[in-house]
Amino acid sequence: MNRINQKLKEDKKLLSIYFTAGYPSINDTVSIIQNLEKSGVDMIEIGLPFSDPLADGPTIQASSTAALKNGMTSKLLFKQLKDIRQTVSIPLIIMGYFNPMLQYGVEAFCKKCQEVGIDGLIIPDLPVDVYHSEYKKTFEKYGLINVFLITPQTSDERIRYIDSVSDGFIYMVSSASTTGAKVGFGNTQTKYFERIANMNLKNPQIVGFGISNNKTLTQATKYAKGAIIGSAFVKHLTKKGKSSIQEFINTILKS
Amino acid sequence: MKKIYNINNKGYYGEFGGAFIPEMLYPNVEELRQNYLKIMEEPSFQEEFSQLLKDYVGRPSPLYFAKRLSKKYNTKVYLKREDLNHTGAHKVNNTIGQILMAKRLGKNRIIAETGAGQHGVATATVCALMGIECIVYMGKIDIARQAPNVARMKMLGAEVRPALSGSRTLKDATNEAIRDWINNPVDTHYIIGSAIGPHPYPDMVTKFQSVISEEIKWQLKEKEGKENPDYVVACIGGGSNAAGTYYHFLDNEDVGIIAVEAAGKGIHSGESAATSALGKEGIIHGCKTLLMQTKDGQITEPYSISAGLDYPGVGPLHSHLYKSGRGEFYSATDDEAMTAGLELAQLEGIIPAIETSHALAIFEHRKFQSDDIVVISLSGRGDKDLQNYIDYFKL
Repeated sequence: MNRINQKLKEDKKLLSIYFTAGYPSINDTVSIIQNLEKSGVDMIEIGLPFSDPLADGPTIQASSTAALKNGMTSKLLFKQLKDIRQTVSIPLIIMGYFNPMLQYGVEAFCKKCQEVGIDGLIIPDLPVDVYHSEYKKTFEKYGLINVFLITPQTSDERIRYIDSVSDGFIYMVSSASTTGAKVGFGNTQTKYFERIANMNLKNPQIVGFGISNNKTLTQATKYAKGAIIGSAFVKHLTKKGKSSIQEFINTILKS
Repeated sequence: MKKIYNINNKGYYGEFGGAFIPEMLYPNVEELRQNYLKIMEEPSFQEEFSQLLKDYVGRPSPLYFAKRLSKKYNTKVYLKREDLNHTGAHKVNNTIGQILMAKRLGKNRIIAETGAGQHGVATATVCALMGIECIVYMGKIDIARQAPNVARMKMLGAEVRPALSGSRTLKDATNEAIRDWINNPVDTHYIIGSAIGPHPYPDMVTKFQSVISEEIKWQLKEKEGKENPDYVVACIGGGSNAAGTYYHFLDNEDVGIIAVEAAGKGIHSGESAATSALGKEGIIHGCKTLLMQTKDGQITEPYSISAGLDYPGVGPLHSHLYKSGRGEFYSATDDEAMTAGLELAQLEGIIPAIETSHALAIFEHRKFQSDDIVVISLSGRGDKDLQNYIDYFKL
């Protein structure tokens, strides 16, 4: 069974952390992943940087620009992850935009993911219908789960469709925004969280966007299986470097 | 089998096009996709659109027989005078159409991207006309080098927001506009300025610009007794004036389609915007098309002396015309374009936009028969480029 599905079966709320590969320094990828696992994180999204990240706010954009300047490429990322499964056992997901994967070759990219032990992909600009008709078979051939996003504006009908195509979990974007744009949850979010919870979808949901501390984490996981923190963690890396990852995770989990 | 050059019902031109957008944009783009054709076909829409094009923009724009230019190149050259439109270029055809579309979709906030500022000015103009809030994203670097257009937009009541990310030019202004739309999904319409972006944008922009070729047909009939020229020529950045110039001739293979891209300092100089020569299929701003990128799939920064052609991709229609062989693609360097611009000024008394000068440089690259009828889209006037001409020719 895919590590993501295994993890989702555990009787606990999950914390997933996003970081941009190649940032702050080009060779930080492996040690950030190892430190996150040691700190008690349940799942990791490794950001493959892109020159034009449309769905991302300033924090992740800046980390992507810096990572590309540092020399990060798809090829280099796979090289860095070559032996990752010797030391890390939690699910690993690559999150990136479609063009770099297209240029690498979608099948070659998937094959490489399987070789190094990646469990899934999140590709914000690969629409669900294109995935379904053109790439689903390839992803499945290499044991990869492709995770789709829903937002407060997504219609019930479309959510049902996305749920039917999905495996693993659904990435529930908390508000109409780019990453890191809005902090905290209001009434709108609570209603949206409740609406989705009441739909009884076949896939569990993990909430992302707008989660930066214990309070928002608690709010999000009241209704969903887990939460994803991205911009707040990247900001922490910028300020404090990778040495204090444990400290950041402790604050988030209040442990 | 007859080849199809227009868009198919899935939103593709051949293998190019589609809508590669994050889920956050899906409701906005889907709302537009489901409604745009219906709205454009409404008689009240058509009436309002034609009326504004006539009384406000000043259409039809003349089709002018360029006698001295024709003599010099020993062929029959007609210029389609989009430079005489209100705001000085073809851009306004599209912004008029899209503001009417936005109103019918119930939107009360407009966003746009701009490079040189022409599309920004055309958008700010129609927003002023309709009394709708307007925000234009413009790269910080472009704001500095296009000060007069920034002032125009402000005078028209628009807010100009600097794009501070990436290379801080047109591509980044487009990213910022898209991000704004993600953050404001309900009340906002995004007026894209070129035949690019996710479906249905390339088709919608092309259809609004198709008034150019529609007029060419009846104007040529009046002047030459036939509707079809032998060639239509246009410059291409994203390709909206070209799309409008070609549209009604796409399926008539007796009419040659000629595109001129910006080669900058030379196609292989590393400072160029000749996408068909340098680009590879990929995804930019929500559409599958030819674009300039690294081996690793990162989008690269183009260069051209013309800010309006300084875009790393071309619209999906043009990728299809290139790949299918329907269009002949050339590219003109900065020097060739500037020389052609000066030549038009001195032969015909028309100072063209530097974008347009690239189309005029076609005569450097291709010979025509003496009885060929060649229609060139004179997409914009050169007032905005005066400083560039001054610097280049030491006027």
